[in-house]
Amino acid sequence: MKVDAIRDKVAIVGMGHTKFGENWDRSADDMIIDAVYEACADAGIEPKDVEAAWLGSVVSGYAGFTLAIPLKLENKPITRVENFCATGMDALRNACFAVACGMYDLVLVAGVEKLKDSGLSGVPELFFHPVYGQGFSAPGRWALVANRYFQHYGIKPEDGKMALSKIAVKNHHNGTFSPKAHFQREVTLEQVLKSPIIAWPLGLFDCCPTTDGGAAAIICRADMAKSFKDDYVLVKGFGLAMGPCLGKEDIDYDYYHLPETIAAGKQAYEAAGIKNPRKEISMAQVHDCFTIAELTEYEALGFCEPGRAVEEVEAGTFTLEGELPVNTDGGLKAFGHPISATGLRMCSELYMQLRGKAGPRQVKNPTMGLAMAQGGHPGMLLPIVTILGCRD
Amino acid sequence: MPAIKSTGAYIPFYRLKREEIARAWGVPGRGEKAIANHDEDSLTLAVEAGRDCLKGIDRQSIDGLYFASTTSPYGEKQCAVTVASALDLKKDIFTADFTDSLRAGTNALRAAMDAVKAGSAKNVLVVAAESRIGNPGSDFEQNFGDGAAALLISDTGEVIIDSNYAYNNEIIDQWRTSKQEYTRAWEDRFVVVKGYVDTIKEATTAFLKQLNLTVPDFNKVILSAADVRRHQEGCRTLKLDPKEQVQNPMLDTVGNTGTALALMMLVAAIEEAGANDRLLLINHGDGCDLFTFQVKEKPSFNEERRGINGYLNSKIHLESYEKYLRLRKIIDVEGGRRRPPIVSSAVAINRDRNMIYRLHAYECTSCGRSFFPPQRVCLYCKAKDQYKEIPLSEEKGTLYTFCKDMLAQSLDQPVIISVVNLKRGLRFYGQMTDRDPDKVELDMSLEFTFRKMSEAEGYNNYFWKCRPIR
Repeated sequence: MKVDAIRDKVAIVGMGHTKFGENWDRSADDMIIDAVYEACADAGIEPKDVEAAWLGSVVSGYAGFTLAIPLKLENKPITRVENFCATGMDALRNACFAVACGMYDLVLVAGVEKLKDSGLSGVPELFFHPVYGQGFSAPGRWALVANRYFQHYGIKPEDGKMALSKIAVKNHHNGTFSPKAHFQREVTLEQVLKSPIIAWPLGLFDCCPTTDGGAAAIICRADMAKSFKDDYVLVKGFGLAMGPCLGKEDIDYDYYHLPETIAAGKQAYEAAGIKNPRKEISMAQVHDCFTIAELTEYEALGFCEPGRAVEEVEAGTFTLEGELPVNTDGGLKAFGHPISATGLRMCSELYMQLRGKAGPRQVKNPTMGLAMAQGGHPGMLLPIVTILGCRD
Repeated sequence: MPAIKSTGAYIPFYRLKREEIARAWGVPGRGEKAIANHDEDSLTLAVEAGRDCLKGIDRQSIDGLYFASTTSPYGEKQCAVTVASALDLKKDIFTADFTDSLRAGTNALRAAMDAVKAGSAKNVLVVAAESRIGNPGSDFEQNFGDGAAALLISDTGEVIIDSNYAYNNEIIDQWRTSKQEYTRAWEDRFVVVKGYVDTIKEATTAFLKQLNLTVPDFNKVILSAADVRRHQEGCRTLKLDPKEQVQNPMLDTVGNTGTALALMMLVAAIEEAGANDRLLLINHGDGCDLFTFQVKEKPSFNEERRGINGYLNSKIHLESYEKYLRLRKIIDVEGGRRRPPIVSSAVAINRDRNMIYRLHAYECTSCGRSFFPPQRVCLYCKAKDQYKEIPLSEEKGTLYTFCKDMLAQSLDQPVIISVVNLKRGLRFYGQMTDRDPDKVELDMSLEFTFRKMSEAEGYNNYFWKCRPIR
């Protein structure tokens, strides 16, 4: 295996995404059209110019038709990818492989999710077993980690809850600078602390909303990127890891660290040649479906030592002005989580930041950014990491 | 002589004070009653009583299982088979359901006794369970309680079944057709006088005359009755010594558990019995089933067994009548716009039947470690198809981590997601039931209990949950 085989082979030359939110007047088709045309305009091409396409969708469209029908693509190779919450970013990863191997020069990647048509709150539960492991909510499954994490590191429950609340406040704050975010308003620490409990310590404001959205990217061979734009962004590496999904059942699993996420991070760092992520990564977009996820991801991705995340939150390490800004656009907390669009939305934020075009939320002189989307739940995680960097 | 080799009981964790029902309807109420949880039915109650009865007994030795209830979850599908599976009994045993009568429990006892006497079986487990719901506002609602009893009938045992007698009396006093949700009854005085008092008097007189015995010959008389007043009237009619002879019918603590009542009282009587005690059991319902028992020596009990006494004292009170209405699905509570109900598959359940009903895990014969649910490839050493099945239902463990999930749908929120580390060295991931949410804490001790998970696809989906040790 040569993990770094992908480094600097592929460039992103266009990105776009819809407004994330309750898009009552937009179908999945509409959101694909809006996101793809925006990405194409950014790259200076038309949809018909792409040679192949990868589509990510979990529940909003099956098969490659989902892309071909709204865009009227004629006889193109289109692959639908489904990999839980890693879907959108995994579509990008697979598309990058196709470009890196030399098969295609210009490829479209899109991810879309239309969750608000169902009339149900939350993301849909996929069918597993008639009786085993049934009847739990996603925040509930994450609260299992919070409980053991606090206990293991001797963190007082109220201090742990305070740190989680600060993450929510931070991400809401960052979201106020993102015109396309679902939520664009500040929340106070008191509001978060007092929000109705969903699964202690997670309250309503510790959870991301249910949201519609679509996102797209145009990628090409790195050596031809300049013909599209000067300030293209380079793909540095990917990491994707999943285990036998039996952490829940494995008595050896401790429920205070995220082994799959650690593994995916390591793969990506090796691919990108990163030795010290805290120093070398300029900013990160991580999967804050729930605040406890973001807290434990700091440690899993090597942004801080195990057990120190609460202190780092208190110190402001991950704020926009901090040493390593995390979720600069507001994350899932502000954008919501249209499953397959999420990973591409994260990459889009890195793409904007690395090109100095992130407006009021711009991080100072970034060179390398990390995005991490994560499916499943503790004990059966499915994390994917993408590292993007500025061109030389 | 057929004998009772072992006894067991089960009383649900939840109790409802009758003053709470009284508050709702503006009527008097006394004592309390046991309420099956939302995930319990007569079948699961029977499994619990059966497990209690089989503590310390080799399950391979059981060669018959009779299930008795007027509230079988199915009109067409045998429940005894499901109970036998959950009890991890052998497959080549005789199973039967006794239903539709308040005498179903004693009918099953009689049949088990006859089978042992005839030599067609050596050890027959009789489980009787009831979970009736009374029409809101009615006396039945006040009186009905939920519970179960189990008796292991064998050719040896400390309690000899001396004799028995059956007496039939066709009368329309109390009934429930298959289309009626609630029990109905004729005018009260007719039911009490003609249906109950006259019947037990005639039957008992005839039985004792045949045995050449009198009421004072018995240390305890187990007399089933629909309510306290009727029980007192029955005791007076039979001229029982109110201080010494009357077996407590538990109507003020558990309630009228229908076809399970007489057997639950018998189990309690045996728990309290001394050597050489003689017991008379009179179970009423369209006539009477009568038995006499002789306690050879003071009964001994397995230390893990809880019996009536153990389960009676392990309880929590429902906070309100409204909670009871919700738990027992008497009112349909708006669940919010959440995901559609869980999908089930009879095929998937059949394939995984040893895991689902018997709670069998796999132990890897290559590395020796075990895991649940069963996996063909070992989680630890990756050996393929090298395993043996091990039963987990009687294992105990501690709560490694948990959460109180307010978003997950349940009639008894919050759902307690539990990660349980079993003493045997493997982990169980599932729901916790019969708990006080305020008392759930890391590292608490837990055991398994057989429950109804859902009614997906129109049938009951049963599986195991954990609960604090009762």
